[in-house]
Amino acid sequence: MAFLALRSLSKVFGDFAAVRDVDLGVEKGEFVSLLGPSGCGKTTTLQMIAGLAEPTAGTILLDGRDITNEKPNKRGLGIVFQSYALFPHMSVAENVAFGLEMRGVNRAEREARVKAMLQLVRLSEMAERYPRQLSGGQRQRVAIARALVIAPPVLLLDEPLSNLDAKLREEMQFELSRIQRSTGTTTIMVTHDQSEALSISDRVVVMEAGRMTQIDAPFHLYENPANAFISSFVGKMNRLEGQMRGGAAVIAGITLPCAPAGLSEGTAATFTIRPEKIALCAAGQGLIDGTITSRFFLGNTWLMQVETLAGSLAVSLPNQGEEPPRPGSPVALDWPASALRVEEGG
Amino acid sequence: MNRRVTPWPLVGPATLMFFGLVVVPLTLTVILSFHGYNHTTGIENRFTLTHYQAILSDSYFLGIFWRTLRIAALTTVICAAIGVPEAYVLARMRDPWRSVFLLVIIGPLLVSVVVRAFGWSMLLGSTGLVNQAFMAVGLPTTRLLYTETAIVIALVHVMLPFMVIPVWTSLQKLDPAVEAAALTLGASPFTTLRRIVLPQVTMGMLSGSLIVFGLSASAFAIPGLLGGRRLKMAATLVYDEYMHELNWPLGATIAILVLVANLVIMLAYNHAVEARMRRTMG
Ligand SMILES: Nc1ncnc2c1ncn2[C@@H]1O[C@H](COP(=O)(O)OP(=O)(O)OP(=O)(O)O)[C@@H](O)[C@H]1O
Ligand SMILES: [Mg+2]
Repeated sequence: MAFLALRSLSKVFGDFAAVRDVDLGVEKGEFVSLLGPSGCGKTTTLQMIAGLAEPTAGTILLDGRDITNEKPNKRGLGIVFQSYALFPHMSVAENVAFGLEMRGVNRAEREARVKAMLQLVRLSEMAERYPRQLSGGQRQRVAIARALVIAPPVLLLDEPLSNLDAKLREEMQFELSRIQRSTGTTTIMVTHDQSEALSISDRVVVMEAGRMTQIDAPFHLYENPANAFISSFVGKMNRLEGQMRGGAAVIAGITLPCAPAGLSEGTAATFTIRPEKIALCAAGQGLIDGTITSRFFLGNTWLMQVETLAGSLAVSLPNQGEEPPRPGSPVALDWPASALRVEEGG
Repeated sequence: MNRRVTPWPLVGPATLMFFGLVVVPLTLTVILSFHGYNHTTGIENRFTLTHYQAILSDSYFLGIFWRTLRIAALTTVICAAIGVPEAYVLARMRDPWRSVFLLVIIGPLLVSVVVRAFGWSMLLGSTGLVNQAFMAVGLPTTRLLYTETAIVIALVHVMLPFMVIPVWTSLQKLDPAVEAAALTLGASPFTTLRRIVLPQVTMGMLSGSLIVFGLSASAFAIPGLLGGRRLKMAATLVYDEYMHELNWPLGATIAILVLVANLVIMLAYNHAVEARMRRTMG
């Protein structure tokens, strides 16, 4: 049985269901991300696990024990709030020590554990500072240290990196997964940033309008999105309407190779292909001809929009030191048959 | 308009008012306090320190000063003890109740102090509602009116909003997630209140205490009406010196001494609390 289990968990505000009938099992030591658009119920789910919001229905089991109605101060879970929620009138060391103090840990042991934890988050020099004297990234690490020092069975993170700039964010993602691996703490992280979810989690849970619609390992999720929403929310996706004929896709009268699908002849289907799986080649030498309508330089990649008879397709090219053709240039597109797929649930 | 010139018209009216209504009368009072006085000839135009000597060596005046200080301090402590929890409850309320209770709290400010003092004297009188209630439950009637207790009760009633509003304002600035964080770290709701919420509203309590203490120490209508003729406080004493004894220089001296004592106490208090706050809260 899973270490932390949510069983048919629901939360209703008035006549609005923020979380509907959610089931999730998290294994010990696992890092799970809750990914979804704003307002889909991620924070509400996390708060129910933490005991800060009361579920309308359903149960929460921790290590086989029903904690649904337990008070937050009895659950002993570690939480990092989106706003960090550090105690502004306490120094970094006092912030981190607070949870141990509440557990009646004696002073000597407290100091030793705080010291070790600050070392882990690389803040040993900042122990005597106050939160207002720290940078955003340092505050966040204090918040993580404060949650981890009590050795919680589960660590809950609510968009912990959303306030940081891109570079610090990447560093912190790395840091977070380093700390998580070294402590082996079961972790649930809420995020609305898909690349963050994919990069550091063992499994990603996609939430839409209060429901969990897909729970999968990052690579599998990216390669096999369960529905149209997920395919465009996680990464970019080209979607084309057509039919299946003779094991190939027929889109706007053009026959294109695609991955095999268990569809009967002539069935209407939506075909999908990721922009980075399309290659650009000279006009007449690919599967389909087209014209570049726009191109954006993103640093490591070029994002091009190519108008073809089958429709407009986004193409992502790695930047290999040469400028791709300008808008208006005729080109052709090529891809392996396995890249063009029939959309699931479509 | 020139950037250098703009501030002057803006602070002009306030400066004029401050100068005309505070600085000038205060200076005149200070000058007056050094004038001589004779019961038959009135104010004498000579410099003297006799009034200061007289007051500081007379146990009657010192007793009144001490009472003023004691009543103001007691009022401040009681206001904090009632006002801080009240502000906390208020901050936790939701509309429309919050608006309703906010109005209830600041309601007393909308009624004249004199009217409220009379209201209290009716309640606390020997046949007033409070004593009737005492009798109804079999307690002996107690003399409440014209006691320090009556003054403190009425002062607390008047001063409470000045404690609740600043504390409430600083509670508004609190991040609710900080309290939730303390709970999840294992703190009981009471410990959270004591260790997390209260330290963060110290600034509000400080400003509330200063307002309440200052206003209580210089209160006039309430000690005048509820303290009676015998139980004087500083402000009523000054009034008596001016209006009954007609010894204006002595009245002025008392006023100046009260002002100085008030200033010293408030500045020292402010300094002590703020120094501690600056270290932690910035
Ligand atoms: N106390 C409340 N009363 C009424 N509705 C609420 C309350 N709290 C949340 N909601 C609603 O529940 C839904 C889910 O809220 P939640 O905070 O869980 O979203 P979220 O997924 O965390 O979004 P975000 O990414 O923006 O933080 C939202 O539509 C929100 O408006
Ligand atoms: Mg949220």
